[in-house]
Amino acid sequence: MPTITELRASYQSGDLTPGDAIRTLSKTIDNTDGEIKGYISYDTDAALAEAQNVDLSLPLGGVPIAIKDVINVKGQPCTCGSNFLDQKYTAPYDAGVIKKLRAAGAIPFGRANMDEFAMGSSTENSAIQTTRNPWDTSRIPGGSSGGSAAVVAANEAIAALGSDTGGSIRQPAALCGCVGLKPTYGRVSRYGLVAFASSLDQIGPMTQTVEDAALLLQAISGHDAHDSTCVKDAVPDYSSFVGQDIKGLKIGLPKEYFAEGLDAEVKNTVEAAIAQLESLGAEPVEISLPHTEYAVATYYIIATAEASTNLARFDAVRYGRRAPDADNLIDQYRRSREQGFGEEVKRRIILGTYVLSSGYYDAYYLQAQKVRTLIRKDFTEAFEKVDLIASPVTPTPAFKIGEKSNDPMAMYLADIYTISANLAGICGISVPCGFTQSDDHKPLPVGLQLLGKPFAEGDLIKAAHAYEKSTTWQKTAL
Amino acid sequence: MDISHIANLARIELTDDEISRFDAQLSQVLEYAAKLKEIDVSGIEPTAHTYPIFDVVREDIAHDENFTAEEALSNAPSEALQQFKVPKVMD
Repeated sequence: MPTITELRASYQSGDLTPGDAIRTLSKTIDNTDGEIKGYISYDTDAALAEAQNVDLSLPLGGVPIAIKDVINVKGQPCTCGSNFLDQKYTAPYDAGVIKKLRAAGAIPFGRANMDEFAMGSSTENSAIQTTRNPWDTSRIPGGSSGGSAAVVAANEAIAALGSDTGGSIRQPAALCGCVGLKPTYGRVSRYGLVAFASSLDQIGPMTQTVEDAALLLQAISGHDAHDSTCVKDAVPDYSSFVGQDIKGLKIGLPKEYFAEGLDAEVKNTVEAAIAQLESLGAEPVEISLPHTEYAVATYYIIATAEASTNLARFDAVRYGRRAPDADNLIDQYRRSREQGFGEEVKRRIILGTYVLSSGYYDAYYLQAQKVRTLIRKDFTEAFEKVDLIASPVTPTPAFKIGEKSNDPMAMYLADIYTISANLAGICGISVPCGFTQSDDHKPLPVGLQLLGKPFAEGDLIKAAHAYEKSTTWQKTAL
Repeated sequence: MDISHIANLARIELTDDEISRFDAQLSQVLEYAAKLKEIDVSGIEPTAHTYPIFDVVREDIAHDENFTAEEALSNAPSEALQQFKVPKVMD
């Protein structure tokens, strides 16, 4: 598929119309999504109707964007990958990011699969279907925004929106070989994003190129009166960072991120990418993030605590799948939630309820919030010495479907390199940096993670673009 | 962890099978999380949000972005007289 930039040029020259682009996408989805299963639903007629009235002079005029199925688009289903909402909910309003996308001329097209309520790292927790990695369909695409990453990698979308609570944009982007950017907490409105962990969630772009990520981030960033945590600070011109040189840029290499547990192939590929950045003029500096080993435990206490309260709204009163024949209201809650939620969602609600419950709050939740302060301080101190931090995104390439299904702890530990950015509230990007070389399996994409200071998305774009431009990775699978 | 008690607080009617499975899995997670207790956090303030924003208010002017009753009820599993309908709350 063309990139956003290429598609815009084709519209301008008159070679293509938005209707042509949507029909081509629709045909491609029909042909390949039976195998990939990246989309939960898509409405070609609705997108074509919108394409008729689109203003091509706008920054994303006529560009179709796939939307993770956790973001409300008026008149469309929003399943969150859950039986609780599947067939039982049609969004009555547009999320903040959708209003901004529409104002920029974009057309929301297609609902991308995800782990149920964004809880998971493989998209196997979707109650609707299991998405496959386009590079090797026996493997997971990552998660929770696995559908968004897979449809971009499989040529079934121009670009997509995902959401990232502990790595859910960056990790699938890395495993599927596309670009994924998690903005600083507060940069992008969360209004209309079905909440998982409200102090960690951010929506961000998943694209074929860094240039496209800058364009899409531009469109969705900025204040929204409906989200009190969304900042009023002016949004920089992100595209102006594309093409800037990175001479003298100090890039921190946290020693804790290159230690035990990192797959040798991933390590070699990421180290080669860092050497490439050095050859472009960046200066690598060894740094330490001493509380790294506590990040996974901190995250899974805070995220599940917030999830247990957020998911209390699924009571089958105002929307959702209601269990039949309950005698009273409490039974209706208990049965509807038992029947509507999948295993991982229930597991996390139980854990979150426990760490907030009387007698355990101080020992778990409050302690985790204090450790969060220390994790955040690690980054604040590191950013006094360096401009960016570089690391792997994942400890291993994409694993086989089913490999970790019965071992939640193993799945949680694999989030080690991504979750600290959410705890600290900083921004991060995953950019493709090559493939595994092993003869044991098909070549699998590897991602380079760059983390930036709060509200320094421009620095991420500058460095990721300089790196991307200097390499020649094949962009999409199939 | 008393899973049945917690499930009741969370308003989820777990099966016996789920209770025993979650018990084993979450014990492992809590054992891992216990490592947080080894950190000295005396004098450290807890972080609830990374970017502190206080007192967010808007101008006190009515806006027209509210749902109509029909829109608010559009996904209701059961409704009557323009209200959400639920089973009895008490005997």
